[in-house]
Amino acid sequence: MDFATTLNVLEATIRLATPLLFAALAGLYSERAGIFDISLEGKMLAAAFASASVAAIWASPLLGLFAGVLVAVAFSLVHGLASITYRGNQIVSGVSLNFIAAGLTIILGSAWFGQGGRTPPLSAGQRFGDIALPGAEALSGVPVIGPIYAQVISGQNLLVYLAFLAVPLTWFVLFRTRFGLRLRAVGENPAAVDTAGISVTWLRYRAVIICGVLTGFAGTYMSVAQAAGFNRDMTAGKGYIALAALIFAKWKPVPVLFACLLFGFLDAFSIRIQGLSLPVVGVVSQQFVQALPYILTVVLLAGFVGKAVPPKAGGVPYVKER
Amino acid sequence: MAAPAIELIGISKSFGPVQANRDINLTVEAGTIHGIVGENGAGKSTLMSIIYGFYQADAGEIRVKGEPVSIPDSNAAIAHGIGMVHQHFMLVENFTVTENVMLGAEQSGLLNAGIRRVRAELMRLEREHGLEIDPDAVIEDLPVGLQQRVEILKALYRGAEILILDEPTGVLTPAEADQLFGVLRQLKAEGKTIVLITHKLREILAVTDAVSVMRRGEIVATRRTAETNAGELAELMVGRRVLLRVDKAEARPAAPALKVSNLTVHDSRGVPMVKDVSFEVRAGEIVGIAGVAGNGQSELLEALAGIRPAKSGMVELLGKSLDPCGGIDPAMMRAAGLAHVPEDRHGMGLVLPFREAENAILGYHRDPAYAKGPFLDLSAMRRDAEAKIAAYDIRPPNSELRTANFSGGNQQKIVLAREMERGPKVLLIGQPTRGVDVGAIEFIHRRIVAMRDEGRAILLVSVELDEIRGLADRILVMFDGRIVGERSPDASEGEIGLLMAGVESRDAAE
Repeated sequence: MDFATTLNVLEATIRLATPLLFAALAGLYSERAGIFDISLEGKMLAAAFASASVAAIWASPLLGLFAGVLVAVAFSLVHGLASITYRGNQIVSGVSLNFIAAGLTIILGSAWFGQGGRTPPLSAGQRFGDIALPGAEALSGVPVIGPIYAQVISGQNLLVYLAFLAVPLTWFVLFRTRFGLRLRAVGENPAAVDTAGISVTWLRYRAVIICGVLTGFAGTYMSVAQAAGFNRDMTAGKGYIALAALIFAKWKPVPVLFACLLFGFLDAFSIRIQGLSLPVVGVVSQQFVQALPYILTVVLLAGFVGKAVPPKAGGVPYVKER
Repeated sequence: MAAPAIELIGISKSFGPVQANRDINLTVEAGTIHGIVGENGAGKSTLMSIIYGFYQADAGEIRVKGEPVSIPDSNAAIAHGIGMVHQHFMLVENFTVTENVMLGAEQSGLLNAGIRRVRAELMRLEREHGLEIDPDAVIEDLPVGLQQRVEILKALYRGAEILILDEPTGVLTPAEADQLFGVLRQLKAEGKTIVLITHKLREILAVTDAVSVMRRGEIVATRRTAETNAGELAELMVGRRVLLRVDKAEARPAAPALKVSNLTVHDSRGVPMVKDVSFEVRAGEIVGIAGVAGNGQSELLEALAGIRPAKSGMVELLGKSLDPCGGIDPAMMRAAGLAHVPEDRHGMGLVLPFREAENAILGYHRDPAYAKGPFLDLSAMRRDAEAKIAAYDIRPPNSELRTANFSGGNQQKIVLAREMERGPKVLLIGQPTRGVDVGAIEFIHRRIVAMRDEGRAILLVSVELDEIRGLADRILVMFDGRIVGERSPDASEGEIGLLMAGVESRDAAE
């Protein structure tokens, strides 16, 4: 692979890692608080649909983002209601939200826009545009660093930068603030939080709301920044990959960044080698290449991560003991 | 005289149809250690949870230092200077000591200031009370005794003047318990008030100034500790006379029934837990294994029961040589005449969501007595369960009830009935009375002695030294995976205690 191709793959890696990053961080907040969230996928899908619809109708990507976040938070609150207030099974609640999102986006899309579940294509002004970082022009002459800065780092859209900024922010919130301390505690031993005089319910609701906001960003990114409009089932399992990245990263923010970059890279790489004839193996079948990230996920999770210990109280509704 | 630290006036609380507390009147004098004893389910923990704001009383009044107060939640209790050390520690296991102490009392939105304050405060508490602790240690790496110290420090950090401890010694070794009592006495000397909840009479007599006895949700008596004794308290707890000493005749040991030679067992991480252990148990005797929990007793039992393959060694059961390194399994051992009452009845002994009748045959479900071809014979199972319920006085006498709904003592009786009624030649028993009421303990001890008198060989493992000394005919002490000594049950508690702590008796004598 020459330098230009490498730059292309790296640039694509950043773009493809962004939704994973938002979603994995979303899952991190929720799961660290003890609420397993398999509905990252559904929330992303619903947010992608809502944001693309609003962006198309009102011609504003920011309004789209707002709508996406709103819808994802609404989904989160349903999940919270089921799993915190009514102490239901978190997996069942999550799975049903995924089904609802998949069905509802198609039905509403067809009813509103009549394009087979798609939303109207967004023009440049209706999407988040690329931002040239200062100095990209000036540095482009510098060998190696210049092109990397100009092509890979600069020229992404606003949401990409927000996703990457969310990593140190999440780390800070989790490990340097009172809220983060309590959040981590409630995912490990909610009874300790309760006896310390802190409301377990309110703490967990705040966690799932943050989860909703971040999945809203993830979905919006997919339909209003990365693509120009919503397609049916456009999240295509990204929510589950994000969950895998979260487990791979052992529920820690900085490793989440690297896990998402790795999965993003695999995705970018697989697009790149489609149809190419490689030495020894020849032309790699397209299906195999597309399956590669998933296969690697399984291999990585099974073999290389060691034991990923989830938050101890994860998935267990909190009931005061007698 | 100062106002009492806590006064409860007419406190009542029910959960649905169950009246947990009925018209409780209790006065705890300031600067004293007040014990509350009672059997499991007598309402002790509920009462303390009401004081700590975990539950709301249905009726009655709480006064703290003479002032009527309302305690709607734990925050209010903390504000009134009440701290609680729960039976199951309320600690976040992967947090450091500092983080645990800080949780809920962080001072500000950012943690740095709080961390500094907690460290300074922990140093002060260490200086003043001798409560040493490493503020950066992670809870799960600390021994249980130190974890409990963190709980106490949490309460003191929040300015507790009144400290409630719920069954604090259940998880402690005798040495750790003594250390805890030292801390409690010192806190008392500094003017703190301590409420100690327990079902162990020895502790009450050792450390308290006054004691209240609870039975079926009521306080049936309050005594000054100096004016009462174990016999009276036990009688008040149970409501009838209780034999605290096990009554048994001289053992008449016959031929060896279980012979263990050079047994070595590793735990699941590959750490050797039982190291080159050899001993034998004869028919008609009870051999007790004393030791602080975690010194290899659990692994020894599991290896002998065929649950955990040993690393090396030999086992001879009723004259038959067996290979414990993978050559045996629990079903085989059962068929060969060995029964096992596991230490952890919830994890191994019972399937809690099952009906009583199902648990009563667990592991013996292939026995044709309970089966019609591939199907279970439900009526035979019921008859069997009802016979056991009658023989072991299991309450409530309902074989259809979910096992989870029985009390700890009755659950233990279900396991004991299942294993003992098979008439095994060799019986392994782990922690026969853990979490069991005084009344049921008496019954269980009598059954164990009766089994011995029928000529069966019994290997008893218990962390309760009193139990071992009361039941066993010979005591083997385990420390760090080895049997470090054999003593007769007449040996003093101190002598056995030193062996349990790994001190050779010769060293101690000098």
